[in-house]
Amino acid sequence: MDRIRQIIDKHGRLPAKAETLRPQQDLYAAGLTSFAAVQLMLALEEAFDIEFPERMLNRRSFSTIEQIAACINELSPKALAS
Amino acid sequence: MTSLQDRAALVAAVAAQYTEQVDRDGRFPTEALRAMKEHRLLSAFIPKEFGGEGAALADIADVVSILSQSCGSTGMVYAMHQIKTSSLVTHGGASAWHRAFMERICDEQLLLGSATTEGGGIGGNLRNSICAVERKGERFSLEKVGALISYGIQSDAILITARSGPDAPPSDQVMAVFTKDQYTLEQTMKWDALGMRGTCSDGFTFRGEGDAAQIFPNDFGDIAAKSMLPICHILWSAVWYGVAYAAFARAQNFVRAEARRTPNVVPPGALRVAEAANMLQLMKSNTTAAIHRFEKAEQGGEDLGSVGFIVAMNNVKIGASRMACDVINHAMLITGINGYRNDTPYSVGRHMRDAMSAPIMISNDRIFGNMSNLLLMHRIEPSLVA
Repeated sequence: MDRIRQIIDKHGRLPAKAETLRPQQDLYAAGLTSFAAVQLMLALEEAFDIEFPERMLNRRSFSTIEQIAACINELSPKALAS
Repeated sequence: MTSLQDRAALVAAVAAQYTEQVDRDGRFPTEALRAMKEHRLLSAFIPKEFGGEGAALADIADVVSILSQSCGSTGMVYAMHQIKTSSLVTHGGASAWHRAFMERICDEQLLLGSATTEGGGIGGNLRNSICAVERKGERFSLEKVGALISYGIQSDAILITARSGPDAPPSDQVMAVFTKDQYTLEQTMKWDALGMRGTCSDGFTFRGEGDAAQIFPNDFGDIAAKSMLPICHILWSAVWYGVAYAAFARAQNFVRAEARRTPNVVPPGALRVAEAANMLQLMKSNTTAAIHRFEKAEQGGEDLGSVGFIVAMNNVKIGASRMACDVINHAMLITGINGYRNDTPYSVGRHMRDAMSAPIMISNDRIFGNMSNLLLMHRIEPSLVA
């Protein structure tokens, strides 16, 4: 979760620091634009060495920190543990 | 009641009588609106349970095209009204206020306007707001400065976007309905443009106050992605198809008249008519395929609001807007001086000026910019038919 928060800080372009966001808090409501969402997705792929399949490429997958973690966990169960 | 298309044809006949005057004077197509209300076209999209006809999007798009063949401004006004209606139909069913409002649209044939843009550099960017709703108990108020509101004066109600509260970021938006008795419009700019002159897209400062129940329960991002973006692009494409078709029909008439005058010789313009017919067919396929995809996506599944869906709907708009200008350009080349003049049965100047709004109404360059970002992640479906 901390690594996800770091990446959100770097690529999410949110007005608030990611450490202040709850895992279930809506990132779009917190100011995530569709442009930043794509940049965030690319950064997550790079950082966790994963590739999001088409079925995860929707608004919901990137809507909360918890959702992002769930997607990453599904694609690479060990990625978040390391 | 006669079919929706038959009634649309009656309204189109009225619109055709005044289209030149509307265009020349930059005035609202009042007579066509009166006919729309008389033939109950404004409530066609609303479900039967609220007093409408529950028409399919395909039928609404057909009406838009029929009206646009007579008068681009009239078609565009009707399209914009239906885009606003679609937000109520798709997202308003869960709220008692919005359900009752849909009944009012049917009973009183209300015309819905839209205030989604505002000044200060955000003009035209649907997904960002500067202004914010201010809630006080059961009531709320809103002031939007520099809003471009098409037929703002003639609207019976306005659907408006704003930040969800004074502390919300620009992208955290809600949409609310205000009826005419609940707001004032202070005109700050007069619409005097190259084409679509009858849409009267004047600039205003909007000030309104209403019940908090008039704010849609869903956040605006959801409304934009799931109904507004696809229906907007589909119905705009229907407008441009109608305008392009009308110019094409004039060019074809011109060539047929020439062929009758000189038997056994194929007029030089005939080849361009064939070429323009090809583009017109692409325009039609483009729009009808989008309607089918939207209607299927609405039945359920993951397509609605997905990246692939958004890319496809954006492409519909770009394709239709580019082809409309190309078709009309062909019509101008075919009809020559007769098309260029404003006073012949083959004039296509108004069509060309109306269609030139298409690539800049939500700029194609901006859409390409967004799509280039989306295509960093989305892969285009390899299947031809899926």
